[in-house]
Amino acid sequence: MTVAAAHEIKTGHSSPARKRRDLTVRRRTPLVTLLPALIGLAYLVLPLAGLVIRAPWATLPERLVAPEVLMALWLSVQTATIATIACLFLGVPLAWLLARSSFRGRQLVRALVTVPMVLPPVVGGVALLLVFGRRGIVGSWLDSAFRITLPFSTAAVVMAQVFVALPFLVIAVEGTLRGADTRYEEAASSLGASRWTTFRRVTLPLIAPGVAAGAVLSWARALGEFGATITFAGNFPGRTQTMPVAVYLALETDVDAAIVLSLVLLVVAVGILASLRERWLSSGATA
Amino acid sequence: MALLAGHGCGSGSVDIGSADAGSGKISGRVTVFAAASLTEPFGRIGEAFEAAHPGTDVVFNFAGSTTLAQQLNEGAPADVFASADPIPMRRVADAGVNAVDPTTFARNRLVIAVPAGNPQGVTRLSDLAASGVTVALCVEQVPCGRAAAQALASAGVELAPATLERDVKAVLAKLELGEVDAALVYRSDVRSSARVAGVEFPESAGAINEYPISVLAKAPNPRAAAAFVAHVLSGAGMSVLADAGFEAP
Repeated sequence: MTVAAAHEIKTGHSSPARKRRDLTVRRRTPLVTLLPALIGLAYLVLPLAGLVIRAPWATLPERLVAPEVLMALWLSVQTATIATIACLFLGVPLAWLLARSSFRGRQLVRALVTVPMVLPPVVGGVALLLVFGRRGIVGSWLDSAFRITLPFSTAAVVMAQVFVALPFLVIAVEGTLRGADTRYEEAASSLGASRWTTFRRVTLPLIAPGVAAGAVLSWARALGEFGATITFAGNFPGRTQTMPVAVYLALETDVDAAIVLSLVLLVVAVGILASLRERWLSSGATA
Repeated sequence: MALLAGHGCGSGSVDIGSADAGSGKISGRVTVFAAASLTEPFGRIGEAFEAAHPGTDVVFNFAGSTTLAQQLNEGAPADVFASADPIPMRRVADAGVNAVDPTTFARNRLVIAVPAGNPQGVTRLSDLAASGVTVALCVEQVPCGRAAAQALASAGVELAPATLERDVKAVLAKLELGEVDAALVYRSDVRSSARVAGVEFPESAGAINEYPISVLAKAPNPRAAAAFVAHVLSGAGMSVLADAGFEAP
């Protein structure tokens, strides 16, 4: 109370802009919250710093262009991109369904969609094997009818990535759809636009930023996918060995190689954050 | 099998029994880092050890030997390390974090693992190279993968494996799930699984793994650790290992 009073006296004659700045500067953080906050921050930052500190900087350039690193990186970028495109085709309609239609059990559907976000990915991998494996419910049929076997193929890598990344896209797009003004769509349809035309010409452009953000998040999640991939797709260089799998296996023999691969993924992650800074880093910037 | 058991009981227990003999009561937790292929026999040995020494608690960490060596070198606290070949053990010694004093306690050879009943009729290593046969191997950085590469090279067989798994149990799992038709695993792994059968092949003789075990110098519970190692090397431990398909050192 006395602090606030002193504050008022001190800033009483300032201009409004000046006053606001002073207020934010002088709002003291109590020590009780400051200390855990700093520890929390250090806990998040230190491991990343450790990665940078222990990196074999002298040999970094040659390690980065080592064939196995490039092969894993290229496979990761390819599969994550294909997985993101698949997520867009499946996820935007699903998000639209959740946001714009009302049907019995919609809450349940939304809960089901988010399950892979909280499920340990390795469980997802086992589940995928049980359905799409050679003996799986769908997989055995694919095998006998079309001679298609999915496990241990690049397609299996993409499937594992879609399984874990799709919820991120659905949730991001659904949120955007809920925030979007439906009057534009109503106006379009009252002017005679079909539902498809309305969706394509009005809704999609309206939610494009949300879709883009969701796609970037999905891509990042797909790129980092490990547990479901190694379980469902196995490990073979150039075919199913993605960056995270390569990191894991490199740890067995060559720690420096694992650090280099991890650094690459860290740089990608920071790049993604930078690309999303408008949305995620400036809190409450958009209303 | 009877022959193997006989071998196991003969050797092993001689030089070690004395190390533990007459020492006082041991207690507390013994943390054992052991190769994935030791999962079943060490589980049984651990139970017998706890029964013989009330108040002890054996905790296992089973994984690929190279992973375990890596974890030890990064400072994971452990009392005993049992590796599926000498290279990971040497790596622990070389890293200087933890001194070791290894004794070879078992040997293991590769077999071709196939689903029970051997539906593809696999009899030789070269059958695995046939088209339409999906094969899983260990990645070459771990002992079972190293042995597989050696055996394949000495047989002059070139394989196109579907996947290179991180440890032998992961390879076995892919076979048990029916995702592959055949795999190269240890004889002991086949013995541990009811759903797979083993096909012996002559080239395995050139790629036999020797399993070293050692108390770690930084063991939090060195006396119990020494007693555990002695138990593994005792007649009782050897017969459990022989039952599991391991050969005597």
